[in-house]
Amino acid sequence: MNVKVAILSIQLRLNSIKKLSTIALALGVERTRTELLPFLTDTIYDEDEVLLALAEQLGNFTMLVGGPEYVHCLLPPLESLATVEETVVRDKAVESLRKISQEHSPVDLEVHFEPLVKRLASGDWFTSRTSACGLFSVCYPRVSSTVKAEIRQHFRTLCSDDTPMVRRAAASKLGEFAKVLELDYVKSDIISLFTALASDEQDSVRLLAVEACVSIATLLPQEDLETLVMPTLRQAAEDKSWRVRYMVADKFSELQKAVGPEITKNDLVPAFQNLLKDCEAEVRAAAANKVKEFCENLPEDNREQIIMTHILPCVKELVSDTNQHVKSALASVIMGLSTILGKDNTIEHLLPLFLAQLKDECPEVRLNIISNLDCVNEVIGIRQLSQSLLPAIVELAEDAKWRVRLAIIEYMPLLAGQLGVEFFDEKLNTLCMAWLIDHVYAIREAATCNLMKLVEKFGAEWAQNTIVPKVLGMANDPNYLHRMTTLFCINALSEACGQDITTKQMLPVVLKMSNDQVANVRFNVAKSLQKIGPVLDSNALQTEVKPVLEKLATDTDMDVKYFAQEAISVLALA
Amino acid sequence: MMGDRPSPPRAMSSAATTSPSVDKVDGFSRKSVRKAKQKRSQSSSQFRSQGKPIELTPLPLLKDVPAPEQPELFLKKLQQCCTVFDFMDTLSDLKMKEYKRSTLNELVDYVTVSRGYLTEQAYPEVVKMVSHNIFRTLPPSDSNEFDPEEDEPTLEASWPHLQLVYEFFIRFLESQEFQPSIAKKYIDQKFVLQLLELFDSEDPRERDYLKTVLHRIYGKFLGLRAFIRKQINNIFLRFVYETEHFNGVAELLEILGSIINGFALPLKAEHKQFLVKVLIPLHTVRSLSLFHAQLAYCIVQFLEKDPTLTEPVIRGLLKFWPKTCSQKEVMFLGELEEILDVIEPTQFIKIQEPLFKQISRCVSSPHFQVAERALYYWNNEYIMSLIEENSSVILPIMFASLYRISKEHWNPAIVALVYNVLKAFMEMNSTLFDELTATYKSDRQREKKKEKEREELWKKLEDLELKRGLRSDGIIPT
Repeated sequence: MNVKVAILSIQLRLNSIKKLSTIALALGVERTRTELLPFLTDTIYDEDEVLLALAEQLGNFTMLVGGPEYVHCLLPPLESLATVEETVVRDKAVESLRKISQEHSPVDLEVHFEPLVKRLASGDWFTSRTSACGLFSVCYPRVSSTVKAEIRQHFRTLCSDDTPMVRRAAASKLGEFAKVLELDYVKSDIISLFTALASDEQDSVRLLAVEACVSIATLLPQEDLETLVMPTLRQAAEDKSWRVRYMVADKFSELQKAVGPEITKNDLVPAFQNLLKDCEAEVRAAAANKVKEFCENLPEDNREQIIMTHILPCVKELVSDTNQHVKSALASVIMGLSTILGKDNTIEHLLPLFLAQLKDECPEVRLNIISNLDCVNEVIGIRQLSQSLLPAIVELAEDAKWRVRLAIIEYMPLLAGQLGVEFFDEKLNTLCMAWLIDHVYAIREAATCNLMKLVEKFGAEWAQNTIVPKVLGMANDPNYLHRMTTLFCINALSEACGQDITTKQMLPVVLKMSNDQVANVRFNVAKSLQKIGPVLDSNALQTEVKPVLEKLATDTDMDVKYFAQEAISVLALA
Repeated sequence: MMGDRPSPPRAMSSAATTSPSVDKVDGFSRKSVRKAKQKRSQSSSQFRSQGKPIELTPLPLLKDVPAPEQPELFLKKLQQCCTVFDFMDTLSDLKMKEYKRSTLNELVDYVTVSRGYLTEQAYPEVVKMVSHNIFRTLPPSDSNEFDPEEDEPTLEASWPHLQLVYEFFIRFLESQEFQPSIAKKYIDQKFVLQLLELFDSEDPRERDYLKTVLHRIYGKFLGLRAFIRKQINNIFLRFVYETEHFNGVAELLEILGSIINGFALPLKAEHKQFLVKVLIPLHTVRSLSLFHAQLAYCIVQFLEKDPTLTEPVIRGLLKFWPKTCSQKEVMFLGELEEILDVIEPTQFIKIQEPLFKQISRCVSSPHFQVAERALYYWNNEYIMSLIEENSSVILPIMFASLYRISKEHWNPAIVALVYNVLKAFMEMNSTLFDELTATYKSDRQREKKKEKEREELWKKLEDLELKRGLRSDGIIPT
């Protein structure tokens, strides 16, 4: 087979590049090495989608070129892919290079792979230098100490590269590179690079250094942290750019684990307080998100004291923050504090906050509180809250935004479980039924599903007394959409309610609706019959369902006919 | 500014009876919140709860003191204006805000009309005052959903002061007494870098001032020119390949447009690289429509400077030709027409084949605006003359699409335009036209056959893989 013919057809059919392995297989390992790879290297097609596929394919090509012994043949095409502009292509090429680096023998790594890394690291255009950043850590552990020294030197150079793109790439790989270095070099090399990157003139570089901080702190012995890492971390937590402070807030739990309990107590607690009071809402929201995790991971001996005197005052302020995202971030974690602080503190200090958030003007805040009720339920029981819960639920249930209504419906089964059947019947049942006639379909659908879950929780008898009569009553509604809702509910409930209720109460209603004047209702009757068929006994199927379906199968409307016929064949009534 | 407002005390019982109010706030969409308020303003992210009221001691007016004392007073006023106020708090420091505003106004007038005020000591003070006021970390924008085409931009709250500071700085740079040789000690690379970062401001008024400032600096500080170009490069590359978000692209391109205009010939490699590796990839960005006019202008400027760049430019555009976004495709076609307007016939010949293959695809686009935009080329006299000269190459490329559309495009306006184009071709080269009409059917069949052969080849290859795979897990020597 001619290589060019094959490639030509690749160019004509972009997707075919994904079948490059097929061509390689047909050519055999030798011709793949001597013809296909040189061809790919020289004539790299310039459509980025194709290059992306090619970069990915080559990562899995080792066996197709003859195994690890020949894996270095893959380096030239991947090298040129690692220099293209398009970031996704380049990243994929680097990913493939990292993968095949493992398949190189230590000798090949030094002879073939490391020189490639060096070439990329000293490339003219920034793209090759950014790619090089991701390759140092994979070859470092397996090369001789002279080569190691060179690699460290190259990494150092890239950390102070002229273009911010390269410095960002180096900063984002700093942590990973630190992990493969010997501890002495971490202390001598990495720390100075870290310090330099963390005070870069561009905040986009500085914030990446914060990420590296986590890995570096984990590597160092406790006694070195104070001098080598903390000055930089303190500076980052007070950086003039909110992006950097945001990053610190976002990584706070990881940082806390990496620096250990002593430093946490002395340094991170005040830093965390500041982040919770930051002037930028984004930062406050990121910090608020971490409140529970941070408190959980505080050293146990004086956890309660730290929370009560240092964290809780800030949390109290956040409850009435001006920014709704901050409040809703807090609302998503605040309930978790109750398990940490215990019953008495929860009742005295947290409960007022929960109650305030339940009355917040922003529905998302209220929803977040309601969705985490289970945490509180374990500690103080939900009754403490039920007084305030009800108005909050009612208000959300009637919110003008259907997505808010949808969200609260989804918590209904959970709430019903925690509040108990009596409370539910008394206060929430009407809401659940009202949703069935909502003007938004998604709400009616969710309401139907909700009823099913409630029946699963409270049982068939409860269903028969409270829900079924109301649902069946809607079958006579003048609005055909409501009549259809009856059918949808029956579809959802029949199984949970069991054969008795389905046959005696639901089936007659469904059958009666087969005479509805709206075709949509009639074909939904056919669909419902198909759905509840398995719950019915064979007698009812033969004597009651079959004649109705046969009649519908001769309906004037083609959809009704179609679904009737489908039901007949699925229920095997033909 | 911060949320230290105590929550209103509400009794639990009263809450239980509160009637449900309809919420105007949608918890899921930040957009609607923003639209509810008409114009948002935002302060920069530099205030870290100051709290204390600010006191400035009022100084006499410059015109009220004798001339020899003016430079000294000028410096004092500059120092006072370094104080920055919190504009999000509309009630604080009202008197002092007003005092600073009038002082700034006075300074603007003073640098415009006065002579002999610019002592050497004044330079660092001016730069310090400007830096204190304008350099700040821009606040987070609701960028995730911010659509610059639809949404109102967030306006800078401190604009009443900021505008005057910019105004003052521009007058200072433009002043006859201004000496770049002294100023370059203070207006340095670091200064420029911070200035460039401000171009990301969401406030269009600020970006407009920045444009003028940067332009003046580029004009007066020869030593900073290469640096400025390089940093703009970096901003664009980051914009294209990393963030896709930067508000000041159009403004920076506008400046570049005039910079390119001034490039000396022959063009340096650096400039060509900028064209091919930065300007062309800018076409790939989603928000192209926001800066396309300025971008196309830059491209055309380059081609007018050096026509030999036409081929790499057009090939670049063809490489990044939009595949799904018709709106962008229309922009590309517009830009291409601008390029064709200035193209040299020798360059045209080099690029005509790939170019007209693309145009032929556009002409047959089911999106009528794309097809229409491409067909408008035939109303352009210069392009028509180029097509006519090369009709033996172009007609065979275009013919199949035109012929097919004339039979089956859904939009009658397009069909009518295509008839005109076909007619024009018929008049240009009737022999070739008749030939192509005669062979249209057999050509299509030949194409189909080729396609089929290719498919069969792939099928064979796949069978082969399957068989071999079965034999030995897919790894076999030949």
